[in-house]
Order: sequence, then structure tokens, then C-alpha cells
Amino acid sequence: MNATEMSSLLRFVANKMIASEPELTRLDMAVGDGDHGVGMQRGFTAVEKLLSQAPGQAEDIGVLLTRVGTELMSSMGGASGAIFGTLFRAGGKSLTGETVLTTPLLSRFLSSGLDAVCKRGGAKPGDKTMVDALAAAAAVSQSLGSEPLYAALPKIARAAGQGAEGTKQMVAAFGRAKALGERSIGHPDPGAVSMSLILSFMAEGIKRHEPVAL
Amino acid sequence: MRKPKKLLNNPIDVCREQLEGLIAACGGSLQKIDGISAVVRAGLRDEQVLVLTGGGSGHEPMFAGYVGDGLADAAALGDIFTSPAPNVIMDTVKSANRGKGALFIYGNYAGDNMNFDIAAELLEEEGIPTRTVRVNDDMASAPAHRMQDRRGVAGDMMVLKIAGAAGRHSRELDEVCRLAAKANDNTRTIGVALSPCSLPQTGEFNFDIPEDEFELGMGIHGEPGVRRQKMVPADQLVTELVDSLYGDLALATGDEICLLVNNLGASTYSELLIANRKVHQLLAERGIRIHDTLIGSYCTSQEMSGYSITFFKLDDELKSLYDAPCHSFAWRK
Repeated sequence: MNATEMSSLLRFVANKMIASEPELTRLDMAVGDGDHGVGMQRGFTAVEKLLSQAPGQAEDIGVLLTRVGTELMSSMGGASGAIFGTLFRAGGKSLTGETVLTTPLLSRFLSSGLDAVCKRGGAKPGDKTMVDALAAAAAVSQSLGSEPLYAALPKIARAAGQGAEGTKQMVAAFGRAKALGERSIGHPDPGAVSMSLILSFMAEGIKRHEPVAL
Repeated sequence: MRKPKKLLNNPIDVCREQLEGLIAACGGSLQKIDGISAVVRAGLRDEQVLVLTGGGSGHEPMFAGYVGDGLADAAALGDIFTSPAPNVIMDTVKSANRGKGALFIYGNYAGDNMNFDIAAELLEEEGIPTRTVRVNDDMASAPAHRMQDRRGVAGDMMVLKIAGAAGRHSRELDEVCRLAAKANDNTRTIGVALSPCSLPQTGEFNFDIPEDEFELGMGIHGEPGVRRQKMVPADQLVTELVDSLYGDLALATGDEICLLVNNLGASTYSELLIANRKVHQLLAERGIRIHDTLIGSYCTSQEMSGYSITFFKLDDELKSLYDAPCHSFAWRK
């Protein structure tokens, strides 16, 4: 997938994330302060605008992803803006110079992003954060290097979904949900759900390009 | 289910419009920074340390209400209950910087910590030194041995008062930081919420509290507190709050404090004054002097009802800085 195709895919993801606001708001009202959905909507609205203003200008997929991260970080604010901005910025920088996204490169994006997110926020797997979805996705992606992107992405998204689902059983150790303690059990972490949604929308969007060699 | 009822225009314009209203009320002493949600006070001196605060909007008059002479120099603001983005913080510093670096003072929340840290790292790369004091006065949010996990609530304004006064006397970033950190170490707050807050964007209450219950220690974004219980008489509750603050701050006979009884949004002056009456009685019994009493809406949580009580323990150094004059929208002395 080249930068133009990726830009189109990311616009698809952005629109889907914008439409997910009510679900994310509902989840965050259970364990946080209720602003996660609105924040993601604000961030991806800015991303959608960025990508529609400069369609296909970048040939470098790393630059494109880094720009998306900068846009998220500067438009959202909040913990989500810092975390998802860091994921895309650090993941994007690790792909600088690349022009075609492949499964191994997506894997590099996820693991570089994961390292940066953990460093920035101090969360580790098991803390009931988006890291639980991201880490699961990054781990699975490493074993799928020989598969084409359109085949690997649904599996990576499924792993992220399971990671997000797993946060239901965890006691929040980070962020505002931490104050809930045991009362956070039974609710998924909204950030983990967002992480899994981003990957599942990528998987959904890439199907439209199948079976073009991606 | 019952919904919040507010006179607004478009919910997404709430932060911008309330900030415009605040600036209009300040007669030129508060200036907007173009293109971002941030304000800077007029009359910054050359070669002064910049005291910068910020955080989510929605706690009005916190934070922009404490930008003024003798208080914060600038505030970078996020959306309702959402920390400002790094570029907002950076642009605020760059437009207000007077060559002595910036001290960041904000409440200890994951989002604020990360966004201010990112801004600090990027500013340091550009040669602008920064220091940070994360206010953690909310004693209900973690036990004393995990002080670094505690949230910042109404005590922010005490730390800003001391930092602002220190910034008018000293031109050294480290010295202003030391005094702000000392003020933070001497500040404790505990609150009680009787009804929920809401976000204008969602138009829904963030949570439920049963009609006959309140929540002790609830945070200013509706974070869960220590416990929920059936309503009790005010004096009984206030006695418990004072006992907690007294113990956590390790007060002893002869100590002197400043007292803040802070409305979380929808409580009446009557309730605040009844609480204040009891605090004064209890502290007099224990030989604690109250140097100053503040009562009103200083750090709110939209239409949440309830209040918080803050003790700020003084020594000679902090007292002289506290007594220095200040002038902002929300605090004048």
C-alpha cells in the first residue's frame, strides 16, 4: 500500500472513528470522565481534514503517519491526544523513508509506537490502558510477516480486540479510572477499545482494495 | 433520565466563548493569545520567570481566572476537562517568554502530565528552560505513602499564589520552583460531592448519585472518591473532613493556616458558610490559627454540587508571599 492508498485508508478510518463517538463516550462515562469519545472525534476530524486537504502529496508513508500523529496530538489534548499522538508520531518516524506499507512495516510501526507510548505514559500491559490492545496487536503482527497486509490486518485487529476485551477483567492502575479500583472491573478501557477500533477499521477499509497487491 | 439544563450556544464553542467573556471582564489586563485557547497577563516584565498554569477548561474560574498581577502569568487551556495539547502550551510559552524560562504549575493528572512533559521536552530542545510543579493536594485520591499519585484540585490556586508572588521577587527559575513546590507540600484538600457534573458536549450527567447519598472525596471531574454514604448533618461531615486534613497535614497547636471553602459548582453560600463556621470552631478548639479565609467558587466542576475544604499551612516565608497583593479575575487582594 503506497502513501496515496494509505491516505485514503486513513480517511476511511477517521470517518469511522468520528462515527464511534457515542460508543466511546458511553464507555468512558463508566470509568473515566466521559470525554474520550469527544476527544477522539475531535482528533480524527482534524486528521480527516488534513488528509482531504493534501491527498497523496506525501510519498513517504512514515512522514504521512507522523503527520497524522502530530495532528492528533495538537488537536485533541488530554491523555488520549498525548498517547495516540505519540503512537502515530513515533511509529511513523520508525517508517521514515519507506514508500510502501507491508506487514513487517506495520509491525515495526506498532512496536515502535508501543515502546514510545509506554515510555511516555508509564503504563505497561495489565494496567487497563490502550497498551493492552496495542501490545497484543504488536505481538501478533510479528508472526505474520510473510502474509500480505490485507490478510494480516484482520488478524492484528482481532488480537487488539481481544486485548481490549481483556481489559474488562483488569483493575485500572493508570489514569483517572485508577481511582475506581475494583469498581473498574467489568468495564473495558475506552482507550483500548479505540486502539482496537482503529485497527479493525483499517482491516475493514483495506478489504475494498483486495485483491490488488498490497 | 434527567439531563443538565444550560444556556449555551453551540456546545463545541463553550470553551472559546467563556474565555472571551473572561477576557472582556478583565479590562485589558488579560490578553488572548491568537489562534489557541490561552491567555497571558498584560504587563509582563523583562527578565522575569514565566509562571504558566493550565489544564482542562470547565473548572471556572480555574485556570485563566488566576492569571494576573501577583499570580500566574499565563494559562494554556484544553477543552472541558481535557488537558491542553503540547503545541498550545509551547505557543503560550513562546509568546510570553521573558528570557528566564517557565515554571509549569498544574494538577497531577495523566493527561496534563504527558502534554506538559512533551511541551517541556520540545521547549528545552529550543533552549527555553522549564520546571514543573504538579499540584497533588487531593488527599482522598491516594494515601499519604503514595503522595505522588494524588490529584490536584482547589489547592492549585494556593500554589499559584505563592509562585506568582515569588516570581515578582526572584528572577531565578529554580528559586520560584522551590517556593511553589514548598507551597504544594503544605496544601491539602478534601471534597464531597452531592450531585454529578456533566460535559456540555455530551449533554448528559457523567454519573449518578442517589438522591439521599453523597460521595466523599470525589474528584473534580467526577472521579470516584473514598466512599458513598447516606446524607448526614453538615457538622458531622465537616468534622470528618477537618480531622482528615488535620491528620494528613500533621498540624499541631500553634500552627497557622489559610482556609479555602470551595464551591464545586452548585452549592449555596449558605452551605459554604455553615461549613466554614464549623471549621473555625474545630480549629479554634485545637489551637490552630486561621490567617485568611476564602469562601466561594474557585475550582469548580460544572454544575456539580458539593464543596471542598483546603488547608494551606504557613510558615514565615510562605506567609509573606501569601500576603503579597494580587489582582486577577478570580482573586484580588
